[in-house]
Amino acid sequence: MNLYTAPGVGPDESSVERIDVKPVHSPGKPREPLYEKRKKIFPKRAEGQFRRFKWLVMLITLGIYYLTPWIRWDRGPFAPDQAVLVDLAGRRFYFFFIEIWPQEFFFVAGLLVMAGFGLFLLTSAVGRAWCGYTCPQTVWVDLFLAVEGFVEGDRNARIKLDAAPWSFNKIWKRVAKHAIWIAIAIATGGAWIFYFADAPSLAFDFVTGQAAPVAYSTVAILTGTTYVLGGLMREQVCIYMCPWPRIQAAMLDENSLVVTYNDWRGEPRSRHAKKAAAAGQPVGDCVDCNACVAVCPMGIDIRDGQQLACITCALCIDACDGVMDKIGKPRGLIAYATLNEYEANMALATNGGTTAIEPARVRKPDGWFIDAVRHFNWRIIFRARTMFYFGVWAAVGLGLVYALLSRDRLEINVLHDRNPQFVLESDGSIRNGYTIRLLNMIPEPRTILVSMDGLPEATMKITGVTDVPGRLFAVQVEPDKALALKVFVTLPKGTPSTGADDFRFIAEDRSSHEKDAHKAVFNTPEAKTGDRR
Amino acid sequence: MADKHIDDLSGVETTGHEWDGIRELNNPMPRWWVYTFYATILWAIVYCILYPAWPLVTGATRGVLGFSSRAELAADINAARAAQGAVLEKISNTSLGDILADPQLSQFATAGGAAAFRVNCTPCHGTGASGGQGYPNLNDDEWLWGGDIDAIYQTVAHGVRDSVDPETRVSEMPAFSEILKPEEVNQVAAYVVSLTGTPRQPGLVEAGKQVFADNCAACHGEKAEGKRDMGAPNLADAIWLKVQSEAEVANQIRSPKHGVMPAWAGRLGDTTVKQLAVYIHSLGGGE
Repeated sequence: MNLYTAPGVGPDESSVERIDVKPVHSPGKPREPLYEKRKKIFPKRAEGQFRRFKWLVMLITLGIYYLTPWIRWDRGPFAPDQAVLVDLAGRRFYFFFIEIWPQEFFFVAGLLVMAGFGLFLLTSAVGRAWCGYTCPQTVWVDLFLAVEGFVEGDRNARIKLDAAPWSFNKIWKRVAKHAIWIAIAIATGGAWIFYFADAPSLAFDFVTGQAAPVAYSTVAILTGTTYVLGGLMREQVCIYMCPWPRIQAAMLDENSLVVTYNDWRGEPRSRHAKKAAAAGQPVGDCVDCNACVAVCPMGIDIRDGQQLACITCALCIDACDGVMDKIGKPRGLIAYATLNEYEANMALATNGGTTAIEPARVRKPDGWFIDAVRHFNWRIIFRARTMFYFGVWAAVGLGLVYALLSRDRLEINVLHDRNPQFVLESDGSIRNGYTIRLLNMIPEPRTILVSMDGLPEATMKITGVTDVPGRLFAVQVEPDKALALKVFVTLPKGTPSTGADDFRFIAEDRSSHEKDAHKAVFNTPEAKTGDRR
Repeated sequence: MADKHIDDLSGVETTGHEWDGIRELNNPMPRWWVYTFYATILWAIVYCILYPAWPLVTGATRGVLGFSSRAELAADINAARAAQGAVLEKISNTSLGDILADPQLSQFATAGGAAAFRVNCTPCHGTGASGGQGYPNLNDDEWLWGGDIDAIYQTVAHGVRDSVDPETRVSEMPAFSEILKPEEVNQVAAYVVSLTGTPRQPGLVEAGKQVFADNCAACHGEKAEGKRDMGAPNLADAIWLKVQSEAEVANQIRSPKHGVMPAWAGRLGDTTVKQLAVYIHSLGGGE
């Protein structure tokens, strides 16, 4: 049987319909992956003024974090001697000479408001300085990178080591690196708990296994987060997890300082500048050495412009300035600049946007910039917006200082019995009950005089203090404690009354005469008393 | 899928969604993010196995750990009871006077007594212990059977006119309708009212005084100041338990009503009764 038709017989190819279909599984077209592996970043060590500044900031911030709980502050025998202590069990917060009770938590809330406005102020003035210098994520990543560089070498050595097959050399270096990281992480998590208890005794208990389980679990969790976020995830935290990069887009304006690649003087970039210049082509300052990319801990190219992933750590400025020094060109190809300056200079270089960047437009023949080029002016930091943020920030701060200086260290609170509101005694007098709380907010025992102001006929008795009626009693209040007293006030029969008479309870320190008063109401059955039968 | 759209600037494919000309880049997610997502799924599965999770017709799956919030509550209550045990033991072994002298014990007993009072005593005495007509106010300083801590304890433990408890407090005012003439009842009623107020017919008071001395003073005292050992109320003070008017005083003389309070020692146990006594004593009238 012949399966094939003889050639030349039958209709030609044009009669075959072309079906519009694509292969679902095609080896030539790999499917777009839904997710991708983290691309490793090997930041090169930078040298320069910003790097030195960052070392200094790291030293100060880490110093504050690790050492603060160990600072002692003498408050006498009735309060802890730790300068900064959050005593959750005792519901007290100690900060050097300040002691805060739970009802004074607004001080902490006020500090948080100040922190928020401080962040706004900082961002609108100098961009993401928080991200680049003081954010704990940045500081610890910087520390972890320093460890990595110390153990494994600089960028090229690390890339080589990463690509190398597993060997004794690679294994011990990796083990050493992660061991140091974990040691730092433990120290970080460990330092946290010392803010919540007496540091020396907790340290002893912790090491000897006698500390509370929550201490161990807290240290374990913070050790884990420090190691994972600082050592393993690094820039991923800033790009994917942190909300601030998103918020900062709203905080920056055209007068905010941001790390900027000044392409108006850098472009056209060229690796062979001399050759190109000799050929009469325009050449910018950028020699395309990629030093700015190599040092970037976020793995970005600042020459692409301001971007979400840039934490403005300014290490690219250091790297580029080093190169500029080497090739004898002015520093600042990458620099802190405002959008306004940048656009003005860009307009100069492109003749108002009509041409491509022509470096010659912004330069004198000797290579330096023409006078029309704008440079950063410090006065731009003092503008309405930053002044507003500073004003709010300072107002909250002054309000807190005022509240701190004028706050009471002796308080009296009064709660009138509601059920029953009054009691008729057998001699026809009327009795009201009150619960009084005396708050002795200093760490010294005090003798407080409790007295009545108003209702001249009435007398009071205080349960546990006296059975003899009177109008002034001395009460001992323990240091830094509140004392609840049950007080019965009796108004003799026949005293005229409106049914609800105002008077005040007064608490006064017997020696310092610090005073506080609280309004109270004395209830009587009104007209009912007379026609009771 | 619609035609692929590539973003000009970044060269990245977009999701095809557009809002006012803005398109969303379809960048791949980081791998760790996907793993975190898988981890949450795994967590949910493990949780469903370990804890109650799936609703069924008459309940829910139990979970292999056997956790239940009700059991947890019971455990918490038991733990609280155990924690109170030592103090309760101490209260049980301490005399009432010593409890009052110990601020810590008396505070605990007051709180415990208040809780027991809410459950057992409020139906008659009210939530504020201020009583009502026929039910004594426990806040004031008028005590039928005595207001010191031991007397209060005795009253709570054994009740008043309890039908079973042999140690209960008993007294009974006779029905004077069978003893006194009707006008004598009115006279003595006028006298009693005159002790603290103004009777409707002041002319009856003098005669009433004599009637009182002959018939009532034995129990209520010469000056109508009452006698606590027989539960006879003070008639010369401002507090009236059962009556509001002179007519009611007369009625009470003719055919007295007698309040009954059950004995609580058997029901609540000695320790709770002690705490109740401390609480009542603390209300302001305790002697």
